[in-house]
Amino acid sequence: MRFQIERRAEPSSFMRFGAPVYATFSTLVVSSIMFALLGHNPADTLFAFFITPLMTINGISEWLLKASPLILIGCGLAIGFRANVWNIGAEGQLVIGAVCASGVGLFYPAPESTLLLPLMVIAGMAGGMVWAAIPAFLRARMNTNEILVTLMMTYIATLLLSLLVHGPWRDPDGYNYPQTALLPDAAMFELFDPMYRLNTSILITVVAVFAMWFFTERSFFGYKMSVGGAAPLAARYAGFKQSRSIWVGLLISGGLAGIAGMAEAAGPLGQLSAQISPGYGFAAIIVAFIGRLHAVGIVLGGLLLSLLYLGGEAVQLSLGLPSALTSIFQGMLLFFLLASDFLIFYRFTPSPKPTKGGVT
Amino acid sequence: MPSFREIQEELPNVLETNMTPRLELRHICKRYPGVIANDDVSLSIMPGEIHAVLGENGAGKSTLMKIIYGAIRADEGEMVFDGNPIASHGPSVSRALGIEMVYQHFALFESVSVVENIALSVSGKFDLTVLANRVRDVSKKYGLPIDPHRFVYNLSVGERQRVEIVRCLMQKPKLLILDEPTSVLTPQAVIKLFETLRQLAAEGCSILYISHKLDEVQVLCDSATVLRNGLITGTAKPKQSTPIELARMMVGADLPETHLDPSTTSDTPFLNVNHLTAPSDNPFGISLNDVLLSVFGGEVVGIAGVSGNGQAELISFLSGEVLFKGADTITLGGKDVGQLDAGYRREQGLAFVPEERLGRGAVPPHHLSDNAMLTGHRLGMVKNWMIQRGKANDFAAQIIRKFNVKTTGYESAANSLSGGNLQKFIVGREIELGPKVLIISQPTWGVDVGAAAFIRQALIDLSRTGAAVLIISEELDELFEVCDRLYVICQGQLSKSLDRKNTNVEEVGLLMTGLNNNSNSDNSKAV
Repeated sequence: MRFQIERRAEPSSFMRFGAPVYATFSTLVVSSIMFALLGHNPADTLFAFFITPLMTINGISEWLLKASPLILIGCGLAIGFRANVWNIGAEGQLVIGAVCASGVGLFYPAPESTLLLPLMVIAGMAGGMVWAAIPAFLRARMNTNEILVTLMMTYIATLLLSLLVHGPWRDPDGYNYPQTALLPDAAMFELFDPMYRLNTSILITVVAVFAMWFFTERSFFGYKMSVGGAAPLAARYAGFKQSRSIWVGLLISGGLAGIAGMAEAAGPLGQLSAQISPGYGFAAIIVAFIGRLHAVGIVLGGLLLSLLYLGGEAVQLSLGLPSALTSIFQGMLLFFLLASDFLIFYRFTPSPKPTKGGVT
Repeated sequence: MPSFREIQEELPNVLETNMTPRLELRHICKRYPGVIANDDVSLSIMPGEIHAVLGENGAGKSTLMKIIYGAIRADEGEMVFDGNPIASHGPSVSRALGIEMVYQHFALFESVSVVENIALSVSGKFDLTVLANRVRDVSKKYGLPIDPHRFVYNLSVGERQRVEIVRCLMQKPKLLILDEPTSVLTPQAVIKLFETLRQLAAEGCSILYISHKLDEVQVLCDSATVLRNGLITGTAKPKQSTPIELARMMVGADLPETHLDPSTTSDTPFLNVNHLTAPSDNPFGISLNDVLLSVFGGEVVGIAGVSGNGQAELISFLSGEVLFKGADTITLGGKDVGQLDAGYRREQGLAFVPEERLGRGAVPPHHLSDNAMLTGHRLGMVKNWMIQRGKANDFAAQIIRKFNVKTTGYESAANSLSGGNLQKFIVGREIELGPKVLIISQPTWGVDVGAAAFIRQALIDLSRTGAAVLIISEELDELFEVCDRLYVICQGQLSKSLDRKNTNVEEVGLLMTGLNNNSNSDNSKAV
């Protein structure tokens, strides 16, 4: 039997949810083949990758700890992506947020003050926003491409961080490691349990997810931004200003990335160091897309990607598999997801039988 | 010896009895998801016959022609050409057989010359100088004057069509298919085109003429096949049938009529354009030159013209999608709005239906409720920055009900609606806003006859409640049906105002071909 591809009359809502399942399934199949070729039992390896890390409370704490910044940044990015505002530089905004917040944490004259932590949140957010405001200004006023500008700003941000931790902010008692002194206790998020690293900054993420859902699904401004993203000419026709979407899209995503960076410094790290983020700002782009730019989807996507980080570390230690495995998983997942999107708009149907001598 | 006249009269009979048909279609079927485009369609054309395929938009005419040309494949059915069954074929096979097609939307490269465009469709090696001479010969022979060395971006739409036709004629076709060829032509240019087609037919070339315009088919065609919803509803000899008979076959009912009641207009214009001059910043755009326009409350005003003469530019300035530098050039209800954007102008009572429905008048993947909100949000659908979803749904449902939009409900996506239904929805939305000024571009493009009459009547009714209505359309019949006054646009210039009662199609047609060069009989420049 032969098949042909046919456009669906209406996009399939079943496939909208089915596509990520297909993508995950395909990723598992292909990765099993890959493990088998590397000489490992696929079932055991997958178990070690995806299940073992979640079998301890510490594992779950680490899982949520890593998912939190991914989800927080993903929510911000998705708001911009919906309006065709492509902030690729969340990593840089995260770094600047961490720098500004740590600056407050280190140099605030009253290190015991209960105001310190809130001030750091504000400083982190403001830092991320300022970093995102530069590409926003350039795009809104001079129509520069924000994809390039945000990406280039990321390199500037990481070099600035490097300058600070190697130079003026380096801890004099730190054996020349490129890192600052530890932040004071009042500058740290509280732990839920002293045994584990998960801290209260995850509550900010929870609030952000609800706020993002409300903004995109219920607010008029979110509606205007989605019109601008889906049909820019229709937005102009209705009199919605594109420049506002650019500003809001970049400022929200920059601000949330800044808070995520601040929460790294004021959470698991406790100081500012040259390696503030394992690429959360870039991975959050994948999270936003796996989550279909939707609040609930982003939560699931963040949890999945966080698990990929954990599992990658776990199989490195337990089975000696290469660390590139995490990146391969990320890549495969995104690839299959984008490919299965095709099924939302098209379907396969059996080819009609050609009639004899017909015009088929 | 029989006289010349006798031969001419005998000819059709000879054709019908003694020859194999040039083309025969037997039981053609083509299905798309949710639609049957062609259902058991059969027809046959003799050599030298001009055969009309008549039907409304969406009746399946274009699909059928593309099947003949091989651009798409039928699901079932047979095609026989000059007595030989043609199996699976593509456009290249068709062209080898001698089938040529002039599409409604031209496929020409703007930045190269006419002869270079034609060279692209010549198979094998070619010599541009020789080819240019052949183009000149063919265009002279068939009365289609065209300079082979002109660049396409300089050509008017009518001239571009000539290039397309010449390109087909260079191949010495046996069957020429024309898809709605007159929609881009002035009345005078239509007459010229018909002369060319008759000359071709006299030489033995068969012509398939696709149209929804009854008068043209009656003047030009020997026979007609009428399609409705993909089915053949009848065949006719158009010259011997009445327009009413043809219309009934095409529409399935009598043509609805619109009523134009006398109007009382406001004292001051609701919309006024004062000496608008705007050079185009795009090399393929049209510069507007000293446009003077006013529309009073209570009247319907039309702007006639072949598209591409500055309509798009003028409309963007009027709607506020493109801002103009001089603030006092455009006034809305007495206020200067030249520098205020589309959103502000809408707050001043402007509503607007653009020519592009998907992507400009509506957001394609969004459902109708969201699309109702696109411009309807001012009717209390936003409270404390939050969307009042219930109100948006009600508004969408109200439009769907009042304007007979065929859809499963306000949760359908805009791009799941047919062109005509989406147009009814957008027109409905803009009328329900209760505007003081409504600007509407190509109100009935792609809309079936019944719905078109409904839309026209709705526009007249809106104006009679005191609103100012400005219609930009290519269809002269439509403008004469609904307008109190007319302007004509040509090459970015607007004519003086014409009272519908004191003008006629010929005068408007002449103005469409050029406002300033009326002494020049060769109107190729502006057609």
